[in-house]
Amino acid sequence: MSQFEPKIVAFVCNWCTYAGADLAGTSRTKYATNVRIIRFPCTGRIDFMLLMKAFQNGSDGIIISGCHPNDCHYTSGNFHARRRWMVFRSLIEFMGFDTDRITFSWVSAAEGAKWADLVNEVTEKVRAIGPFTEFKTLDYNSFNQLDNGAITK
Amino acid sequence: MARIGVFICHCGENISATVDVVKVAEVASTFAGVAFSTEYKYMCSAPGQDKIVQAIKEHKLTGIVVAACSPRMHEQTFRKATAEGGINPFLCEMANIREHCSWVHDRTDETTDKAIDIVRTLVAKVRRNAPLFPIKVPVTKTALVIGGGIGGIQAALDIANAGHKVIMVEKQPSIGGHMSQLSETFPTLDCSQCILTPRMVEVSQHPNITLHTYAEVESISGFIGNFDVKIKMKAKSVDSSKCTGCGECWQKCPNKKIPDEFNAGLSNRTAIYTPFPQAVPNKPVIDRVNCTWFTKGGKCGICKKMCKAEAIDYEMQDSFIDIKVGAIVTATGFDLKHTDFFPEYGYGEFKDVIDGMQFERLASASGPTAGVIRRPSDGKIPENIVFIACAGSRDKAKGIEYCSKICCMYTAKHAMLYKHKNHAGKAYVFYMDIRAGGKGYDEFVRRAIEEDEVQYIRGRVSRVYEKDGKLMVKGVDTLMNSTPVDIEADMVVLATAIVANKDSEALAQKLHISYDKHHFFAEAHPKLKPVETNTAGIMLAGACQSAKDIPETVSQASASASKAIALFSNSEMSRDPSVASVNNTNCTGCLLCMEVCPYLAIDKEEIKDRSGNLMRYAARVNSGLCQGCGTCVAMCRNKSIDLQGFSNEQMLGEVMSLLNKPF
Amino acid sequence: MKIGYYPGCSLEGTSKEYSDSLFAVAEKCGITLEAINDWNCCGASAAHSMNHDLAVALPARTLALAEQQGLTEIVIPCAACYSRLSQSQNELNDNYVTKSRIESYLDLKISGTIKLLTVIDFLKKYIYPVADQHVVNKLNQKTACYYGCMLVRPKEITVIERTEDPLEMEDVMKIAGATPVKWAYKTECCGAGLSVSKTDIVAKLSGKILEDAVSNGAESIIVACPMCHMNLDMRRPEIKKQINKDINIPVLFITQALGLSMGIAADKLGLNKHFVDTDTAVKCIIKKEA
Repeated sequence: MSQFEPKIVAFVCNWCTYAGADLAGTSRTKYATNVRIIRFPCTGRIDFMLLMKAFQNGSDGIIISGCHPNDCHYTSGNFHARRRWMVFRSLIEFMGFDTDRITFSWVSAAEGAKWADLVNEVTEKVRAIGPFTEFKTLDYNSFNQLDNGAITK
Repeated sequence: MARIGVFICHCGENISATVDVVKVAEVASTFAGVAFSTEYKYMCSAPGQDKIVQAIKEHKLTGIVVAACSPRMHEQTFRKATAEGGINPFLCEMANIREHCSWVHDRTDETTDKAIDIVRTLVAKVRRNAPLFPIKVPVTKTALVIGGGIGGIQAALDIANAGHKVIMVEKQPSIGGHMSQLSETFPTLDCSQCILTPRMVEVSQHPNITLHTYAEVESISGFIGNFDVKIKMKAKSVDSSKCTGCGECWQKCPNKKIPDEFNAGLSNRTAIYTPFPQAVPNKPVIDRVNCTWFTKGGKCGICKKMCKAEAIDYEMQDSFIDIKVGAIVTATGFDLKHTDFFPEYGYGEFKDVIDGMQFERLASASGPTAGVIRRPSDGKIPENIVFIACAGSRDKAKGIEYCSKICCMYTAKHAMLYKHKNHAGKAYVFYMDIRAGGKGYDEFVRRAIEEDEVQYIRGRVSRVYEKDGKLMVKGVDTLMNSTPVDIEADMVVLATAIVANKDSEALAQKLHISYDKHHFFAEAHPKLKPVETNTAGIMLAGACQSAKDIPETVSQASASASKAIALFSNSEMSRDPSVASVNNTNCTGCLLCMEVCPYLAIDKEEIKDRSGNLMRYAARVNSGLCQGCGTCVAMCRNKSIDLQGFSNEQMLGEVMSLLNKPF
Repeated sequence: MKIGYYPGCSLEGTSKEYSDSLFAVAEKCGITLEAINDWNCCGASAAHSMNHDLAVALPARTLALAEQQGLTEIVIPCAACYSRLSQSQNELNDNYVTKSRIESYLDLKISGTIKLLTVIDFLKKYIYPVADQHVVNKLNQKTACYYGCMLVRPKEITVIERTEDPLEMEDVMKIAGATPVKWAYKTECCGAGLSVSKTDIVAKLSGKILEDAVSNGAESIIVACPMCHMNLDMRRPEIKKQINKDINIPVLFITQALGLSMGIAADKLGLNKHFVDTDTAVKCIIKKEA
């Protein structure tokens, strides 16, 4: 029987972590296949409701990663992201979430190896917790309303 | 109705070795909105790009997804091809299935599934892409240079020589800055004024440069290409258009007891004065704070009587002028910590404990002692001098953790100048480290040690006190087992820390540029953008950004000038259209977005009714300033502000599409 | 007027005269000093060089007891004891984790709100206001005020403003009718605890201090620390031998000097307990003009 493969969605910033993942690629560093990256201009842009949507629609774990403090390409976006993160984390902890499902990290454009390690680490961590099944059935109708109900043909 | 074209690249074998590209293309053709899907060996090649152009025309495509390498590689390439095909280039996105997929996984089903997911995400995004058009902002081709030291002078000359107008503002009565106070410069021991003054004259005579001295920046508003600046012209009390520079006035001025700033307080000047003989402009000003006429209700007035050109005008008022400029270069220089900052060296009480600038003035042929090194207390020539490096710098306890960079070099220079003038004299330098990294710098220090026999002692000085007319220096030699070293010195020169000008904070706030806790102005990126600030259109040159020497200042000034010249190369600026915009119908005017914008690109807009009455406020984005980070979008409580290129719809589409399929 | 008092080991032993003179001056000005019940050693140098928790806990106990006694202010004449107690209080107030731990060792609660006064703070706050009424003599001599190291360090707790060239003791001396001299060794080390283990070093360092005082015309040295006093006074024979000079200027505690100006008898101030004869200082005293 094949083991559970967690689905991890990564919300990353274009200037640092996306570039860091690119570097992992050019260095041919191998890591787990479980992560899917969504590119944002800055972690400051990440609306944390998107994280809720990710969990709601089947993700088992989430990574948010951006530039190191003081290195943000837009100077302060990552500080706002971090502050939002603290509030978000308290909220989902309150909701009874296992906070090991979510990881906030700083990965710079030079840290290809760190990105690979991060993905592997989070994959194992979430694998150990198991699939995310709570709240999945709530609000099922909402995504049918999206795009005139035509996400897939 | 979306008609997306999907192009899967093999990238030779880079992608196809681990990803089943044919399968990806097949599955992609089933995605909602996809009208055409194919795969090809090298999408970035000419035939590859041509495929895009042809497909757009043939299949009437409304959007393109190229699944290949990272967008950081070829986004521009494929956007150009898209434009050639006849649709807006911003309707093209890249799905990164090489760096993020084929290169980091083995050939398995999971890898191909991942590539399919990535493509699906980008298709969902592109279905929501809107055409975007580069934003045009007009540019005023005039530069403002704040500061007339060597940095400001270099920047002004470079911009002016490129054919653009420059307005230079200097708060002192003359340009020249600290470099004009130096005796010789390292590592060549060039006479400082000899190499500086020709530049100063060039600035004053350049047809493209308008020089305002004894003037300061009062206020600045606007944005890159379109700054409105108000300059305060302080009242000189001398009409420069009438003044012939004859010098009768300051020669006859009876008020001779004012400490001379140019000579670092080692001598006095008159109330009406030019700072130094080679001043540019060489017209005097009256120091109203100390002038008898102004402080004692109209007494004296000798300069006016003496002036044959009738140029003295006690009634003159400060005036203001308004100018429009497109770029600003800030070159306001530095200040030096003075001896009274050092309690362990006498709180400024001991006359023969001086700072580096004061030593320069003593060494200078045009200084208060005509170039003879003399003790300020009794005028005698010192038989020995102790130089203390790192006075204040690199010292957390003093609040100055940074290195002032130039002191190791100028201390070696000072010691050498002293020895050249006093062969029998003894020079001691107490140092922590020697930082001599520039071209010819280490050789210069070696010369001081080996040829001029300056004695370098590695250790700090704990205390200097006066005794029987001598200065007792208590130091230590850490390379000799920490033996205490006590020297009876005739003079002590402190290489005091470089600090920001005391007006830096106020100026930074007027300019809306960042500054650090030491009030040095902040560059946009420490490695890759050392001359720009986070405020578009404002550049930095010289020590106002951080302590540096003359060659670095000149380099930075030329670099700043090149940024200004690049800006002026068109009458209009074209900007990346990935900017935020506000739906001001929904906007409640909470202005949270305004608070978080790092570029101050958002301001308050008044929403009026048809009769012109104010109804409410809304936020408004200045697309000339917005850099597209999107922090405002995440902050907005009711999603009235959105970011073109990474809109709420686009990002939600990506997330939703990603997970709506069983893995 | 009652305020708390922490003698520490020195003031009950080798520097008893410091204690006597402090009490004499306080009594004259109507102030009662109440010692902390069951106070313990502050830990001095031994505790903080061996174990950090011990170094915090020893003074903490004294502070807790003082609070229990209802004291709101304590004067700590010994500069080293003051340093230990205030550093301990600082750390307890800054670090909640340490505070809980120390409180559990001691089984006592500490609020950390007691105000700690050096002898100089005490004189400034309580004696200055009434000085005019009580000062009847002028010391009439040149005094070198020696601060030593503990009064001016560390930066976080010292109350002295100009740590390289302080003037607080000079102010007191002016009130006492003495002429403080300008000299360079106000805060130079006397050799401190090396007094016992390496007396030759103390002789060298303290010797330099005395030499500078004398060369600047001082007729007496004023101190506010028992360690300084011991090194400059008790070690005089070793110093004389080391520097090969016959220096005989007396070393007075600041409270003794002030006491003399207030007309208190020399033996009540413990002036007979010194190694270096204090008669030369006492003989200079003249009556203050009305």
